[in-house]
Amino acid sequence: MIKRRLIPVLYIKNGLIVRSEGFSYHHNIGNVVKEAARYNSWDVDELIYIDISREKHYDLRRDDYNVNAYNSIGSIIKEISKVCFMPLTFGGGIRTIDDVSFRIQNGADKITLNTGALENPKLITQAAERYGSQAVVISIDYKIIENQPIVFTDFGQKNTSKSVYNWVKECENLGAGEIFINSIDRDGKANGYDIETINKTVASTKLPTIACGGAGNLEDFVELAKQTNVSAVAAGNIFHFTELSYPRSKILLKKNNLNFR
Amino acid sequence: MSKIGVINYGVGNLQSVKNSLDFLGIPNEIVDKSQEISSFDKIILPGVGAFGAAIKKLNDLGFTEEIRKFSSQNKPILGICLGMQLLFDESYEHGHHQGLGLIKGRVLPFNEKIKNLPLPQIGWNNITKVGVSPILKNVEDNSCFYFVHSFYCEPEKKTATIASSDYGIKFAAIINENNIFGCQFHPEKSQSAGLHILKNFSSL
Repeated sequence: MIKRRLIPVLYIKNGLIVRSEGFSYHHNIGNVVKEAARYNSWDVDELIYIDISREKHYDLRRDDYNVNAYNSIGSIIKEISKVCFMPLTFGGGIRTIDDVSFRIQNGADKITLNTGALENPKLITQAAERYGSQAVVISIDYKIIENQPIVFTDFGQKNTSKSVYNWVKECENLGAGEIFINSIDRDGKANGYDIETINKTVASTKLPTIACGGAGNLEDFVELAKQTNVSAVAAGNIFHFTELSYPRSKILLKKNNLNFR
Repeated sequence: MSKIGVINYGVGNLQSVKNSLDFLGIPNEIVDKSQEISSFDKIILPGVGAFGAAIKKLNDLGFTEEIRKFSSQNKPILGICLGMQLLFDESYEHGHHQGLGLIKGRVLPFNEKIKNLPLPQIGWNNITKVGVSPILKNVEDNSCFYFVHSFYCEPEKKTATIASSDYGIKFAAIINENNIFGCQFHPEKSQSAGLHILKNFSSL
């Protein structure tokens, strides 16, 4: 039977891996390719990279990591895919079908669409027609407003007034293959997952749902897996700051009889 | 060591197949022109996306004929994911399409047969060995592989399935008939278990 997935989410800013909090504070963690090799050696289920560079130049800026500088997202993807033999998803700044093709041709298995899909929903269909639905992950950042999860775009700055559940359904109909939801309120806060919204999202779609935002300790993964039917549990910061957090999480999830690899 | 050709017919991420072969030190090349196929000892047919569009591309680029010729010389062919499905006679993915016809059988949708499970199946699933094949060498029973699909293969001959998997229903995870091999999962994305499969194929 299919296993549930535990997915590290890595944020890239100007060629460096950063830690994110409330979508605004970013703390440099390290070199993209070295981090990728570390995750590969942990035998992770999958990796999701989101490029959050505002200005599109890529420069490692530091030479103490003993690797070449990467001057484009293309070369970053290329280098990562040489050392990772698990599914790789890349997102951030994708607005056109050419942006999608560029990432897939350089080694991405899937791409995520966020602001780009809301600005131009046809892009979902275009990408699905060219590369298959399985390659199109819709990334949704949301905030709770008057008890309703509302979709935000542009790095969580812009309120679209759209309900998360309606948008999920719309994306499914347009040809998306997976849904990735991330709570802006909980980003970097380590106060646990938003179980209620996650449950309602899973119930609103036939597509696999990946939930992110709020993991503070490994027990949060267990709680999310126990209380919801998410296909995948995702988290960012916890994997950077907790020693061997990935293998330890897997052991803990299995100890709780949860169906992980 | 024999050389593997990775068929490029313009769909999906075939760079990842090449990366994993490079990592294993297996000589390989991307094949862009159908007439180049004959110079290889083995070929891999990768693929993601829709069956109809893929077979049309194979036909238009002249690959269909060349792949059949390659197979008739008894040279090994490995189809991955959609590439495995393309090896069959026919598919019922959004209509009805003819495949390469190297394996007798058809490709069918999971749809309501799997009840409330999410579609596509995306993720790691374990396999059960149900046959013997050189491609299964050193692959442990119950190993997990990465699957991404909404359709599955149903070979006419039961013995063609050498490993099965379960997603609401039992389906063929790995097939082998003579020189033809196929995996429904992505060996190039399945960590060490997947790399084993590619290594086995290269040492046939």
